[in-house]
Amino acid sequence: MTKYTEDHEWVEADGDIATIGITDYAQKALGDVVFVELPEVNASYSAGDEVAVVESVKAASEVYAPLDGVITEVNGDLEGDPSLVNTAPTSNGWFFKMKLANTGDLDGLMDEEAYNDFVAGLE
Amino acid sequence: MSMNSQGRPTAPTADNDTGEMTPVFESFSGHQGLRIAEPLVFELGTTQTTGVDVEEIEDFELSVGGLERDSEIGCPGLAEPDVVRHFTRLSRRNYGIDMGVFPLGSCTMKHNPRLNEKMARLPGFGDIHPLQPLSTVQGALELMTELSHWITTLTGMPAVALSPKAGAHGELCGVMAIRAALEARGDAREIVLCPESAHGTNPATAAFCGYKVKSIPAKENGRVDAEALKAALDDTVAAVMITNPNTCGLFEDEIKDIADAIHAAGAFFYCDGANFNAIMGKVRPGDLGVDAMHLNLHKTFSTPHGGGGPGSGPVVFSDALKDFAPMPYVVAGADGFDIVEDGDDTSLGRLTAYHGQMGMYVRALSYMMSHGSDGIRQAAEDAVLNANYVLASLGDVMSASFDGPCMHEALFDDRFLKDTGVTTLDFAKAMIDEGYHPMTMYFPLVVHGAMLVEPTETESKYNMDQFIRSMRGLATEARAGKTARFEGAPYHAPWKRLDETQAARQPVLRYTVPEAAE
Repeated sequence: MTKYTEDHEWVEADGDIATIGITDYAQKALGDVVFVELPEVNASYSAGDEVAVVESVKAASEVYAPLDGVITEVNGDLEGDPSLVNTAPTSNGWFFKMKLANTGDLDGLMDEEAYNDFVAGLE
Repeated sequence: MSMNSQGRPTAPTADNDTGEMTPVFESFSGHQGLRIAEPLVFELGTTQTTGVDVEEIEDFELSVGGLERDSEIGCPGLAEPDVVRHFTRLSRRNYGIDMGVFPLGSCTMKHNPRLNEKMARLPGFGDIHPLQPLSTVQGALELMTELSHWITTLTGMPAVALSPKAGAHGELCGVMAIRAALEARGDAREIVLCPESAHGTNPATAAFCGYKVKSIPAKENGRVDAEALKAALDDTVAAVMITNPNTCGLFEDEIKDIADAIHAAGAFFYCDGANFNAIMGKVRPGDLGVDAMHLNLHKTFSTPHGGGGPGSGPVVFSDALKDFAPMPYVVAGADGFDIVEDGDDTSLGRLTAYHGQMGMYVRALSYMMSHGSDGIRQAAEDAVLNANYVLASLGDVMSASFDGPCMHEALFDDRFLKDTGVTTLDFAKAMIDEGYHPMTMYFPLVVHGAMLVEPTETESKYNMDQFIRSMRGLATEARAGKTARFEGAPYHAPWKRLDETQAARQPVLRYTVPEAAE
């Protein structure tokens, strides 16, 4: 099941490996993405740490670690084609995968319904 | 329609402002009257020609090892009139403070008084070299001392380092001094706090100096949340960086309270002085508890910038930090002025090869002395008055982000464009058609679709009324659903709407010779 953070990231866990990207709401707010800076594989982060940077024609924004864990893979396609973040934010536009330190932490994130309510509250 | 005393209309009429700029026929030259189509300089000349008589090179021995260039540079050789025309033609497509109102918020695009230029061209200032014997540049050193006196007096701070070469360089200088002071007392701290509305250079500086940055939220009224800031203060915090007035154009009214809390936690207070132009002669940062602050001579003290000249960012220090200030610095001795270049053991070291931007020191001091202390105060008052005139004149058609008066810049957001389909970017581009450089857009980040307007003290009421008339016209049209003039704007500019996305994703950074020409 896909989970969401208040920083507009989605987290999809398969066992203790989570794939992370930014939501459709986030890519729309950013506008055309022109550059993505990804973390190093094997780097470890705590929840809330700045992991990646996404730059659009309007602004540069940070992508935060949703949970504690170690980076296992990054989406190298974004370096050549950052527009994937706009065209396919929740599929081919994923940012990185991390091995979660504690899968139980996932329960602390929002489910889709809660995230949709959260976004509606921002409008 | 009103007429002036010569019977000419004082505002554009339907006849002479039809928006029709396309000629009815194409010219043979590609030029449009005085709008000259100018190719790239590479396309103008050839590498086979030269505008300079150079002697034939005789045999010589290279002293650069194997590093000599083995291919053509590819620079065209042009005669002087061609070079002059090329850059003059390009300059006529540009926009600067000498062309008109330049309301780029946060950047303080002031008029550069011509008196400053005259002073900077005096041979004793303009023709000197940093390696000259000190006995031959005593006047220049005296000028630096005099400038330091003005800066420390205006800021109420005991010491100043003149050498940093821009605002961000000044920040680096200030935070390095803070780090040096903490290390000197054996106090390893790792966090710097920055408010959400900070200039991007503040967190960048802190990170560059090895600190972890924590963001402090803003309150509803656009000021930093003092309670949240105090809650984040502990013995791991090295410094707090706050801009005052802040990037929303608002004075941080709890600043003294915040400074006391910073000092109680054993941390230092770095103030970003980029907006000092709003308070110079009115408030002394030294009285607010500031430990280090840079001044932008190129903003506050009218020296050219934005392509017109180099920046200069002197940093003032409190008693707690002054021993850690960088070298070199000027000292007055019995036999005249001297420069301390090394041997100061507590100093953080050197930040520049020589002594900083001498030409800017001359211009800034010229501004200070020609205004006098009362004139400097009035310049700050006029800048604030002008910004409030803009805010009050546009408040009913645009959406001001915060209630109440502002300092030196007026902040609007895009709520007034809601559901019109017009964005802040479109609005800014339409301002180009109106003959204005756009205001700062999408900054600060704390409001949505920000538009930050800073008229500075430069603009007369006449200039501002013209500007406000354009802004009101645009805002009214957008709200009425007449969006055609926004969609592809600018229509009247030498270049039309650029594809910013493509430019960022696939930037063309250098000229390459077309294949057919090879």
